Amino acid sequence: MKCYTPVIYKGLSPCKPNAIKSAVLHSEQVQYVIKQLAKEMGESPDIIQEEATEILDEMGHRMQLGAVRFFAFTLSKIFKQLFQRVCVNEEGMQRLQHAIQEHPVVLLPSHRSYVDFLMLSYLLYTYDLALPVIAAGIDFLGMKIVGELLRRAGAFFMRRSFGGNRLYWAVFAEYVKTMLRSGYAPIEFFLEGTRSRTAKTLTPKFGLLSIVMEPFFKREVFDTYLVPISISYERILEESLYAYELLGVPKPKESTSGLLKARRILSDNFGTIHIYVGQPVSLRTLASGRISRCPYNLVPRHLPQKPSEDIQEFVSDVAYKMELLQIENMVLSPWVLVAAVLLQNLPAMEFELLIEKTLWLKGLTQTFGGFIEWPDNLCAKKAVLSGLTLHSNIAGLVDGHVVLNDKGVEDGAVGEIVFRHALAVLMCATYRNQLLNVFVRPALVAVALQMAPSFRKEEVYSCFNFLRDVFSNEFIFFPGISLKDFEEGCFLLTKCDAIQTSQQEIYPTDKGSGTVSFLSAMFRPFVEGYQLIFRYLSKEMKEAFTEKQFIPGVRNFVFQLLEKGSTQCYEALSSDMQKNALSALVQLGAVKKKKIPSGFTYNVNQEAVSKILDMFGKYSLINLKRASQVINYFGQCTYVRCSDFS
Amino acid sequence: MAAAAGEAAGGGGGSPSSARRRLRIISGHLRGSPRAPGRGALSPSPCKAQDGSAGPTSGSIPKKRQELLKWNGWGYNDSKFIFNKKGQAEFTGKRYRLGGMVLPTFKEWIEKTFGASLEHKTTSRASLNVNDVPPSIVNEEFLQDLRATKISYSQDAEDRVFRAHGHCLHEIFVLREGMFKRIPDIVVWPVCHEDVVKIVELACKHNLCIIPFGGGTSVSSALECPEEEKRTIVSLDTSQMNRILWIDEKNLTACVEAGIVGQDLEKQLAESGFCTGHEPDSMEFSSLGGWVATRASGMKKNIYGNIEDLVIHIKMVTPRGIVEKNCQVPRMSTGPDIHHFIMGSEGTLGVVTEVTIKIRPVPEYQKYGSVVFPNFERGVACLREVAKQRCAPASIRLVDNAQFQFGHALKPQVASIFTSFLDGLKKFYITKFKGFDPNILCVATLLFEGDREKVLQHEKQVYDIATKFGGLAAGEDNGQRGYMLTFVIAYLRDLGLDYYVIGESFETSVPWDRVLDLCRNVKERIVRECKEKGVQFAPLSTCRVTQTYDAGACVYFYFAFNYRGISDPIHVYEQIERAAREEILANGGSLSHHHGVGKLRKRWMKESISDVGLGMLRSVKEYVDPNNIFGNKNLL
Repeated sequence: MKCYTPVIYKGLSPCKPNAIKSAVLHSEQVQYVIKQLAKEMGESPDIIQEEATEILDEMGHRMQLGAVRFFAFTLSKIFKQLFQRVCVNEEGMQRLQHAIQEHPVVLLPSHRSYVDFLMLSYLLYTYDLALPVIAAGIDFLGMKIVGELLRRAGAFFMRRSFGGNRLYWAVFAEYVKTMLRSGYAPIEFFLEGTRSRTAKTLTPKFGLLSIVMEPFFKREVFDTYLVPISISYERILEESLYAYELLGVPKPKESTSGLLKARRILSDNFGTIHIYVGQPVSLRTLASGRISRCPYNLVPRHLPQKPSEDIQEFVSDVAYKMELLQIENMVLSPWVLVAAVLLQNLPAMEFELLIEKTLWLKGLTQTFGGFIEWPDNLCAKKAVLSGLTLHSNIAGLVDGHVVLNDKGVEDGAVGEIVFRHALAVLMCATYRNQLLNVFVRPALVAVALQMAPSFRKEEVYSCFNFLRDVFSNEFIFFPGISLKDFEEGCFLLTKCDAIQTSQQEIYPTDKGSGTVSFLSAMFRPFVEGYQLIFRYLSKEMKEAFTEKQFIPGVRNFVFQLLEKGSTQCYEALSSDMQKNALSALVQLGAVKKKKIPSGFTYNVNQEAVSKILDMFGKYSLINLKRASQVINYFGQCTYVRCSDFS
Repeated sequence: MAAAAGEAAGGGGGSPSSARRRLRIISGHLRGSPRAPGRGALSPSPCKAQDGSAGPTSGSIPKKRQELLKWNGWGYNDSKFIFNKKGQAEFTGKRYRLGGMVLPTFKEWIEKTFGASLEHKTTSRASLNVNDVPPSIVNEEFLQDLRATKISYSQDAEDRVFRAHGHCLHEIFVLREGMFKRIPDIVVWPVCHEDVVKIVELACKHNLCIIPFGGGTSVSSALECPEEEKRTIVSLDTSQMNRILWIDEKNLTACVEAGIVGQDLEKQLAESGFCTGHEPDSMEFSSLGGWVATRASGMKKNIYGNIEDLVIHIKMVTPRGIVEKNCQVPRMSTGPDIHHFIMGSEGTLGVVTEVTIKIRPVPEYQKYGSVVFPNFERGVACLREVAKQRCAPASIRLVDNAQFQFGHALKPQVASIFTSFLDGLKKFYITKFKGFDPNILCVATLLFEGDREKVLQHEKQVYDIATKFGGLAAGEDNGQRGYMLTFVIAYLRDLGLDYYVIGESFETSVPWDRVLDLCRNVKERIVRECKEKGVQFAPLSTCRVTQTYDAGACVYFYFAFNYRGISDPIHVYEQIERAAREEILANGGSLSHHHGVGKLRKRWMKESISDVGLGMLRSVKEYVDPNNIFGNKNLL
């Protein structure tokens, strides 16, 4: 048996999970809320205290070394079955080891799979580091034995939504903060809030982050380290599950029997996992000069206090910064490049051309700062082939051409064909998506170049700005630095010789037109998909609706268009894109969101939505279709302005 | 009013010498033979000069301060730390209990704590180079007017340099290695209130700048002359206004001239069997006027109160005229208390000339004590409980582990094998039997005062509380040594300066619930800043909770580091000090508990008291002193 003696926080006074619970229950913070609630509801504080105890029992972890060892043992077996390799940046682990001793640490991994936290805990255990306590969704508790096992391995459970429940919020926040303050264990949670079904980083959630930052704001700790961790999978365990889910086939509830059924995936191969543990970021350094200290000095620290606007803005900035760091460090496999190229060349692509373009894209990705893991000395052909082998469920080689594997059962009705194809496209897109956040700045400049009526800088920028606003839920942009993003995009495009800039103008070079076209084609599904969804909203939704009505509605709408062949944008079927498009309109003020007891209703301002549609302007669906033909002859074609097509 | 009350600039606060002095006074009292009142001090005479008496009588501090006091360091010329021929530390002179004693473990402590070595020595200039001193520029007409008043004055370079600074690190450093850019042009010695009135009138007439100077113990850059001041700067030295004008035994008040220094005030009051009980650590040198001007705090404030609790009446000369109240009453409801414009005004409004202050009979009995706690957290919890029960002794302080070890290093050579055996036994009991970690434990030092009976009762109450927090009584000796540390620390800095070690102290006040966080964070911040700034040896960064109140505590930090390898140590030092202050403010601490703002902490005033608050103070300044005669630029 492994001798596990992790390094721990220097200020740690060791204690048992139950001691933490009792400290939380008797903390001033929780007691204050209990008294308040008792007064308001006219109940005895004992009853509310009882309730708080129950919440804590439901929530709290019971980390036990035995359970951890059990997990470590089984996981090592399972992982060995599933994955070929797990790669970790050693120096990141060393940095983490130092950080853990110095200050409380918050681990912020990306979230693509359930494997994420299991793998991370396993890794820390293997490296003799303090095991984290992990914020997990309460739904895990539905899994009978596994839920309790996870609990013993250090998971604590949070309800999905508890905004209105003050007692729950107080108990939960205090529970997290108590563990953080005492340096009991690193705290791990997912900024994205849930597994990204699209492998594209989700916009961050702020609740938990603001909780773990508060002890520093109140100077209960000297500093807190935030550690971005990027976990990428060569092949995501849940890939097909996600695709089904995005297409509206509901996610199965977590259940133990479900897990047992999933056993069959054990015989499958899921390639390599890359874990990059980022540089720990000192919250103190981030906050220096940012936060006015007054608000926390004038109120007793145990009173619940709504964070000031300053603080909220800061929390949001930090969240985005951490996600951007996750993105920066995310290892990209060759297959990601293959998927990106393949999606632009459907239905079939010559194998040799695919290899050529993949290699080209590799160079471009590296120019843009993407972190590609290309096995040493592996020739491009082998790399592409190994990708195809690993992902044989998505694409395959037929007669020297690579095609999507969308045949499935014998050809059925048109609807069935569309569905199967959509499934394959979405699965493939999951891999291309991993590139998007690396590419988004230069690519949106490229799209803006095609949208703008002229090459004048202001006009290109204004288009860029518009796109950035529209896609603010789709991609990760640091808040409020549109101009900087634009400049970065221009810089990267200049760096790869795709554009030239003069004082007033930005224009594509002859040599770079291929790049510009490729980039805009890469983001076309989003441009086109959003337009479809906006069109649906502006035409079909005259009355107030809920999200539950919206999703099936828009899905049908797109489905019909696809069946008719009047669009090729299969990705518009993705509920993720649909939801993002809707919230983009809410943010742009074109849709009013209203809270009702059972959720939210939406009201479309037709005029505003049409205006936004107009903004896409000449970059219309027809143009895109033609443009895509040009891009299919990529390599030979010269740059052609959109307007030439109209 | 030169700021005077700096604890940092600490003098013989609760020093053994004061204890001995008190004993002598008490015994004198018991014999029933009060000595003749000195110099007719108890008669309400208007002014010595006008009396035609032989000029100002000497207090403990002469007009030529440099004859008694170091010109480039702290305290008396004859008192300092040295390393003797055997390389052992020793304290010279006979003024303090530590005088003439060898401190065998001190050298090792210095080497271990700072990485300092006796071989690496810096030396200060031996004496002031008069040629470096900026010339005195004084208008002849003013000199004529001044001569007509018969007020004593000097344009001597040494006199002027001595009054150009307080005791901030950078000021001492300048004295040792450089020269101030701007110093007073002339020093005047008024001997009574009327003299001050005349000087202020002359200053207004000739448009001069007056900087009041009391004990010169400021640690806030309050005495530094603004470099850009073009007018003649007059240093108004109050040291010759040092009489007790009268004592009112019925109301237990005394009216005292503001230039009197703490030790003289207590000495003279004691002759009549009284004391004020106000004992800032700098009380050997700091003056009553300085206490008022900086809102000083005394070690024994738990019994006697801080300066604002002690003062009954203040007379201040301003360019606008004299400000005072019409009666000497314990409290009045007549709008905002004008005393609070004066206290803490740091010499920006005028000169305090006479103060009526509360007095108390000299206490019958005094006893030191100490308690060891397993850790700082428990110690703070105990102090909090003591404050809650409002049973704090005259003084109660909690020093952290580093400061405990510091104090330990100042333990003199023990006289007998028996005592050293006892010490060993004590140590064994605490560390082995009780399981205290010698690198974590901390010590509270106590001083009880009052009737013998009550003291013993009180003592028991406090020790009972301490026991509940895991405290162990650790004897009188440890307590007494703790208090000794606060007055020798200022002398120690001079020693450190000789060996590349620079240091300073600073203080704050903070609510109880934030004490621990603030102490930990500020110490940590200092350590980190030192590292970042390239300081090669870990600094000494230590604190003590030095005063307790109902709602919070006063925390005192010492910070020192070895600056070998750093080209601009003072700059680095100042950056770190500033960072530490930022940290204090971020942790909910105040800008200052008793050192004052001066020019050193001005930048944080707005944040501390809000824009409007600052405007309120400014408007007072504008009314009282529209031409900025009192132009030391402190505070605002």
